[in-house]
Amino acid sequence: MKFENVNRRFILKSGAALGVGLAAPMHFIRGAYAEDMSCNMPKGDTVTFGWNVPLTGAYADEGADELKAFQLAVKHLNGEGDGGMIATMKPTALKGNGILGKKVAYVQSDSQTKSDAARDGAKRMVERDGAIMISGGSSSGVAVAVQGLCQELGIIFMSGLTHSNDTTGKDKKRYGFRHFFNAYQSGVALGPVLGQEYGKERRAYHLTADYTWGWTQEESMKAATEKLGWKTVAAVRTPLGAADFSQYITPVLNSGADVLILNHYGKDMVNSLTQSVQFGLRDKQVNGKKFEIVVPLFSELMAQGAGDAVKGIYGTGNWDWKLDDDATKAFTKSFGAEFGSPPSQAAHTCYVQALLYADACERAGTFYAPAVIKALEGFEFDGMGNGKTLYRAEDHQCMKSCVVVKGKENPKDKFDLMEVVKVVPREELDYDPAIFGGELGPSDPKQC
Amino acid sequence: MDALLLQVLNGLDKGGAYALIALGLTLVFGTLGVVNFAHGALFMLGAFCAVTFNRLLNLESVVIDPAQKTPWGTPLEVRTPYVEAWLGDFGAFLNDYSVPASIVLAVPVMLAIGIVMERGLIRHFYKRPHADQILVTFGLAIIIQEIIKHFFGANPIPQPAPEAFGGTVYVGEILGMGQTLAYPWWRIVYLFFSLAVIGAVFAFLQFTTYGMVVRAGMHDRQTVGFLGIDIERRFTVVFGLAAVIAGVAGVMYTPIVPPDYHMGMEFLVLSFVVVVVGGMGSLGGAVVAGFLLGILQSFASMNEVKAIIPGIDHVIIYLVAVVILLTLPRGLLGRKGMMED
Repeated sequence: MKFENVNRRFILKSGAALGVGLAAPMHFIRGAYAEDMSCNMPKGDTVTFGWNVPLTGAYADEGADELKAFQLAVKHLNGEGDGGMIATMKPTALKGNGILGKKVAYVQSDSQTKSDAARDGAKRMVERDGAIMISGGSSSGVAVAVQGLCQELGIIFMSGLTHSNDTTGKDKKRYGFRHFFNAYQSGVALGPVLGQEYGKERRAYHLTADYTWGWTQEESMKAATEKLGWKTVAAVRTPLGAADFSQYITPVLNSGADVLILNHYGKDMVNSLTQSVQFGLRDKQVNGKKFEIVVPLFSELMAQGAGDAVKGIYGTGNWDWKLDDDATKAFTKSFGAEFGSPPSQAAHTCYVQALLYADACERAGTFYAPAVIKALEGFEFDGMGNGKTLYRAEDHQCMKSCVVVKGKENPKDKFDLMEVVKVVPREELDYDPAIFGGELGPSDPKQC
Repeated sequence: MDALLLQVLNGLDKGGAYALIALGLTLVFGTLGVVNFAHGALFMLGAFCAVTFNRLLNLESVVIDPAQKTPWGTPLEVRTPYVEAWLGDFGAFLNDYSVPASIVLAVPVMLAIGIVMERGLIRHFYKRPHADQILVTFGLAIIIQEIIKHFFGANPIPQPAPEAFGGTVYVGEILGMGQTLAYPWWRIVYLFFSLAVIGAVFAFLQFTTYGMVVRAGMHDRQTVGFLGIDIERRFTVVFGLAAVIAGVAGVMYTPIVPPDYHMGMEFLVLSFVVVVVGGMGSLGGAVVAGFLLGILQSFASMNEVKAIIPGIDHVIIYLVAVVILLTLPRGLLGRKGMMED
């Protein structure tokens, strides 16, 4: 070989040709390469989920119930126990042998019902522990904060108990999915029952927790009751976590209102409801009618705290363990046998979210986040306790039935505090996703 | 007029709780010079004495009935409370009055807790800076909270008032103003209870030799020591007394707000504001400021007031504290030289 022709130009030309030649196969395998780019793709024989639940703070008992549900879901996904709702879910790609041949493992973090702590915990589980999905929580403020973080990280967030319209409304994210119903749907479900029970000429007074969930709950209840012909006398914001609501209840007594709507949740609900009853509101006659109290979002665990005060009070729930379908029975049996108590609606929604994510991975045939998002968007399923359900693609809100409940007059035990008055079908709860605004944003995979 | 009277009543019963907690805080600060951030936790422990007493009264015999099943398929446990089975009607009566009756349990328990706390921990911090005292007592409060949460869970646990005091009382009828002005019975009971406890504490300090020595020690500990009186021991008892006051305040508060492990913290910050507004180390100041701030807070929550100044109900206490401290730097009834070093 003669080297007289080897000059700078020759080397540049040869180098460029070699580069094109080597890069050519990448064109055909670029999809496979992109899959590796999705955050925390599992490499070994396990896939790790991150449970971000409140183990301390006001919702710690709810968080503990969510954690139990997640543990049960992992057990069932890995083929242990009786399988719970895997047996009733239709259609399902789950086989009870893990996900895509990998065993499910989990890490957990205490969200403390504080947005900062919840974001820190989620970030740690993703960056340090390699969690591929984050789930859980019992507050809309926290859900919105963690959902935003997950969008930035490219990690799918299957939210727990979050009821604000904003979660899948103005704050919705491509990487965030909500199974729980929302404040708007509570209003739509509860309105007709209130009209039927209390009549069309009522004057309502709202006490509202002063944060995102309270505001949307108040707005939704006002819309639902004013549609019935009720008048709104006043809507008063109360600080979140107040112990004594007496100074907010006393103005109700002379306001001319004959219904008090408590847009409170958790400990606020326990305290405001208990104290409203103590002030004799339910014994009063106003405008020739018996005074009534309404709690739009009921929580069984919190109702235990309110004791006798919940008797006869109407509210709504995402689900109830006393429903009569096979899926509910299967889940209640699994949960009850494992933990000695029936599951709360928080536990139910978390369990279902874990199964839905796992199923989406199986159907997508990959853990690659954009593909899993696609598999969840528009997915229609049944056999999870709420009848035929659609994971709506436009806002990632599950469209399904919910329940109107009433505090039971003669409960058998502390688990039997509410009775299901009505199952409101999915069709009645449907709405245009555009009404709450927001943008889902991109589903681009992220590196982490 | 009814609305105004309701808010006055409301402020008085709220102020009663503030005053009782602030009274204990001031006693500890005035005698031992300790800023006790665990005082709210003592209020909460008192409330859980009521919960424990109620649970003791409701201890049940459990018989497993294989013929009956739970909804998840396990055999049903049939439960019968021992007290009602053994004592019949008196057992039922005791159960009904479990909240006031639990004071019998709360007084010795809180006294013991107070003395152990002072001897075991607080006394090691007498000569340390206030910042150290705040850190250690705040840490202690968190530990107490977590212990309670471990045994009782995080959810509020309802404690019903006795049936006879469960409804509302028509205050308007008593005052000759018609039937429209009604107020919960138990809140009226709580107001009178707090006044009685405050009166008893003042009588103890004012009319007993023991109280006289404690007051003398509050003014000049060294001179009292020179007289051969073991003032340290007396102050230990005072710490126990402060714990008892906080504890019984917590017991009687349980039918108003269902207790949970965090309830002490909710009162702690407000109670410190009450102490500062009343004047550091001034028992009378703590009581006056407690009732004053309670009433102001209630008035600030009226819709008419909030229509003029939105959000005033959230900040009124702190606003008043700022104004009072700007005009009266030692608080309403503060003593010269107290915490001014």
